[in-house]
Amino acid sequence: MKPITNRRRFLLDSLALTGTVMLGGCDGISRTEWAPKVLNSATALSRAAQRALTGDAMVEEFSEADISPWFRPNGSTDPASVAYRALAANGFRDYRLEVGGLVTHPLSLSLDQLRLLPNRTQITRHDCVEGWSVIGKWTGVQLSRVLQLAQPNAAARYVVFHCYDDGYYESLGLDSACHPQTLLAWELNDKPVPIANGAPLRLRVPRQLGYKMAKYLRRIDLVASFKDTGGGNGGYWEDQGYQWYAGI
Amino acid sequence: MQKRVLYRHTLPLRIMHWVNAVCLLILLGSGLQIFNAHSALYWGQGSDFHHPWLILGATSDGDGSLRGVTMVGPYRFNTTGWLGVSEMDGAPTERGFPNWATIPGPQWLALGRAWHFFFAWIFAINGVCFVAYALWTRHLIRDLVPTRKDWRGIGRSIVDHALLRHPCGEAAARYNVLQRVAYLVVIFGLGGGIVLMGLAMSPRMDSVLGWLVDLVGGRQSARSIHFLLAMGFVAFFLIHMFEVVITGLGNNLRSIITGRYAIEVETHHETDH
Ligand code: HEM
Ligand code: HEM
Repeated sequence: MKPITNRRRFLLDSLALTGTVMLGGCDGISRTEWAPKVLNSATALSRAAQRALTGDAMVEEFSEADISPWFRPNGSTDPASVAYRALAANGFRDYRLEVGGLVTHPLSLSLDQLRLLPNRTQITRHDCVEGWSVIGKWTGVQLSRVLQLAQPNAAARYVVFHCYDDGYYESLGLDSACHPQTLLAWELNDKPVPIANGAPLRLRVPRQLGYKMAKYLRRIDLVASFKDTGGGNGGYWEDQGYQWYAGI
Repeated sequence: MQKRVLYRHTLPLRIMHWVNAVCLLILLGSGLQIFNAHSALYWGQGSDFHHPWLILGATSDGDGSLRGVTMVGPYRFNTTGWLGVSEMDGAPTERGFPNWATIPGPQWLALGRAWHFFFAWIFAINGVCFVAYALWTRHLIRDLVPTRKDWRGIGRSIVDHALLRHPCGEAAARYNVLQRVAYLVVIFGLGGGIVLMGLAMSPRMDSVLGWLVDLVGGRQSARSIHFLLAMGFVAFFLIHMFEVVITGLGNNLRSIITGRYAIEVETHHETDH
């Protein structure tokens, strides 16, 4: 039955070859200009579907017993900029959060002024794009409260966050920015946010992945489009190819 | 003996079968790419970094050479070259799964995720179409759900499979009981499960799927189960290919490409007349 075995060999070889060509092909395709655009187009679908299915629903909040022993920091853990070093040296007493862009009342808020606004404490899970999760207790003010004070114009569509670790920035749509669990937080597990986790003030957006939650906040701008900021994709990691919508 | 050719798989089924196969290959490759970004798995809501149940890690020997170490629960294995440490551009490199198994090949999480979520949509839509079609045409009830008679013969079927004895003649015209059970487990158990666990890992979906996340023990458990179901697909694939080859590769391939499948039938009653 020689011919049969040959045919089998041939078929098996072609299967193996197809596999290799496909995986290799995926690499070639990955490096083209168009592939990331086409592949990422599914993100728009994911975002629309997730919005329709979840609306403004809140993510689960946990109990004290669930808090992780260590809130793993990621990305930059100790900004080197001169401005930041000076603030840190003084225990962040001179810290001010600037809020500007397309707003009626630009703001410059100290930590004490922020603390006077209604506080919110939430024990939520932090999901990193790398795959791990940790649970922590965050205290801060809802971003929506700060935006109410600043009064965004009708033209404002996105909120852009600029940071003290040079070059890092992030952005959210107004819907995410105004979600009740979106906080500007100054406390982690009942203590001032440590430097590694974004002192003195960082963003919490528990409905999205960790890279959206800018640390070391410096300035918040309301804008009509983020095309002219940074690399134009809405964030530091987005400029490296990560999806702007990080709900999955 | 004479051959009778029957029309076994309709065109929509054949198309959906192949769309599914391509999606799975890409989802597995891009999934392993995602896994490599943090090549450890945990049980529970958060990651207890001291107690993963699976690590594909690396240690360096006294002489500075890298050794791949795979830890599953309390067991450690040296997997240099395959898991933990593998060749990249000719040099041993720290990597969970090796280059040849991931999409894209080099470490590139952002694009791995782009591939994964694009094909996840196609996989899920294709799956829903399959189930709708199988219900509508009664393919599910007729060909996939085992009959009472099938269940009674399951012991015998297991022995036959183990001895690599396969139904022939008219009996091969329909799926046997183990085939039926395997297909149902794959379609609803692995397929349905992996989509649900994929969604359970989405922080946004957790605002409405919190109950599901809690049910499986937390988000990291969902990630572990998602991974194990993917390995389940790999196991099924290997068995599926084995069965395809030993029950007649040419005939099987023809049937799943063109729909036509040949069975051997006794010819004597015709000559009897
Ligand atoms: C990649 C993963 C794959 C999965 C999950 C899968 C799954 C399935 C399922 C569920 C069926 C039953 C379909 C039905 O009747 O509704 C089936 C049938 C079949 N598949 Fe696959 N398949 C895969 C890949 C392949 C490949 C690569 C080949 C070819 C080399 C193949 C060849 C066949 C054949 C020949 C049948 C029909 C079996 C028969 O008529 O007895 N499959 N497969
Ligand atoms: C609708 C279908 C699917 C969805 C929504 C989905 C979603 C996801 C998500 C969100 C992750 C990232 C987890 C993390 O943060 O680490 C992931 C990882 C992964 N996926 Fe999928 N996936 C789907 C189907 C599949 C299929 C069919 C396979 C394989 C056959 C697969 C294999 C993997 C693997 C191996 C990983 C990395 C390890 C892990 O996190 O479990 N996925 N998937």
